[in-house]
Amino acid sequence: MHHFLNRQRYLLDYTVAALRRRRAKNLGLLTVYTALVFLVASVMLFSHALKREAALMLEAAPEVVVQKVTAGRHDLLPAAHVEALRGIRGVRKVEGRLWGYHFDPVVAANYTLMVPSDRKVAAGTAILGSGVAEARGAAVGDLLSLRTSNGRALPLRVVEVMPHESALVAADLLLLSERDFLAISGMPAGFYTDVALSVAHPREVRTVAEKVLARLPDSRPILREEILRTYAALFDWREGLLLVLLVTSGLAFAMLAWEKASGLSADERREIGILKAVGWDTGDVMRMKLLEGGLLSLLAFMLGFVLAYAHVFAFGAPLFASALRGWAVLYPEVRLTPAVDGLQLVGLFLLTVVPYTAATLIPVWRAAVTDPDAVMR
Amino acid sequence: MTMPTAKSHRPGNPVLALLTFVALMFVGVLVHAAWASDATALANRERVRALGLTDLCLSTEARYTRHLSQADYHTPFQDHPVALEHFPSGTLIAPPPHLRHAPLSQ
Repeated sequence: MHHFLNRQRYLLDYTVAALRRRRAKNLGLLTVYTALVFLVASVMLFSHALKREAALMLEAAPEVVVQKVTAGRHDLLPAAHVEALRGIRGVRKVEGRLWGYHFDPVVAANYTLMVPSDRKVAAGTAILGSGVAEARGAAVGDLLSLRTSNGRALPLRVVEVMPHESALVAADLLLLSERDFLAISGMPAGFYTDVALSVAHPREVRTVAEKVLARLPDSRPILREEILRTYAALFDWREGLLLVLLVTSGLAFAMLAWEKASGLSADERREIGILKAVGWDTGDVMRMKLLEGGLLSLLAFMLGFVLAYAHVFAFGAPLFASALRGWAVLYPEVRLTPAVDGLQLVGLFLLTVVPYTAATLIPVWRAAVTDPDAVMR
Repeated sequence: MTMPTAKSHRPGNPVLALLTFVALMFVGVLVHAAWASDATALANRERVRALGLTDLCLSTEARYTRHLSQADYHTPFQDHPVALEHFPSGTLIAPPPHLRHAPLSQ
């Protein structure tokens, strides 16, 4: 055993010395290799963590949301529609909701205004999402002035600012009283934006949705499972899109790696010839080259992955944040809970380490089985 | 095989040390991920339940990307006839699958 370990150590020493002789080339390869693993791993980690977090949070979304549709568009829903939904068997709670959007010209940002159902917000006050508070530089006790639908300014006293951690669901929220909401949005009283239904048994959700359609043919029920599927599909799509963009750099790297790994330079050929001449057998030469490829790719894989982890979970994925933001002025500060998908990790390993290491072997084997005299000539 | 004589100057040592260091960091991040607490996400889940929220706040520039699951067929193209969708986030955010695959309302 001791002899075996010593042998491996000497092999490693020799391999490192050989790598050092082509220092610039190998360092360049390691850098590009690490950068590629970093990019692919960042996309994978970011998408997986977002998908996981979305599923966890939106599990608590309303079971069914009912919208009224007029001329193919989402329309305001009269109170009579809410009443029509009350008697459906299996529905625990029917709640007409008041929410909408407000463009704030002061910071050129869109807010989501909402009248919360779980608490009473006093007229003339507001609870701000962290993004709104940041954009307006507002804190608890400050006065925030919004323009009403008839052009007057409506001052609102800030009574609470939601914590930063809630940004992923509530960065742009502005919770206010019904009276203030109607004044700002211009919505007539007796109308709702939509209706949220709470269904007692999960198996009955589809039946309830069908009953909603039967009672209100001009409505569109959106199920919680559809909301969850929307976000699962969104992150698959986004991940796919980013990976497609990375394919070009992946191909460039594949060409570089293939050139480096599959074609032996005259120096490397001579080296193999000399090793054979001084008594190395084919197995030793192959082991040495395998170690060389394995060292480079394993180092690049682990380093790239660790950097990607830090990029996504410690620094909030600044490389992708701009793609998320678009033209939005308010954007959530995405701080994701670290999560690694084992299958993705294995996939990344198989896609990066194995092909490169394998590509180094074929030409080496070809050179190593040839007569040393012929190789050195 | 040629064998280096001075053990203290073995060229493999620094690389072995680097590899061990990187491997420890690699294992470290995996352990970190495994032990990470879902407390923030769970607190947000309660917020979603209390307020009846339906969507993640990923982009606030257009309503069909802010409340993606609530969007209908026409929201991205509503400005005028033959309007093209023009928000950058719309190109990165695919329409919800229930609009593309036989929604319940059809």
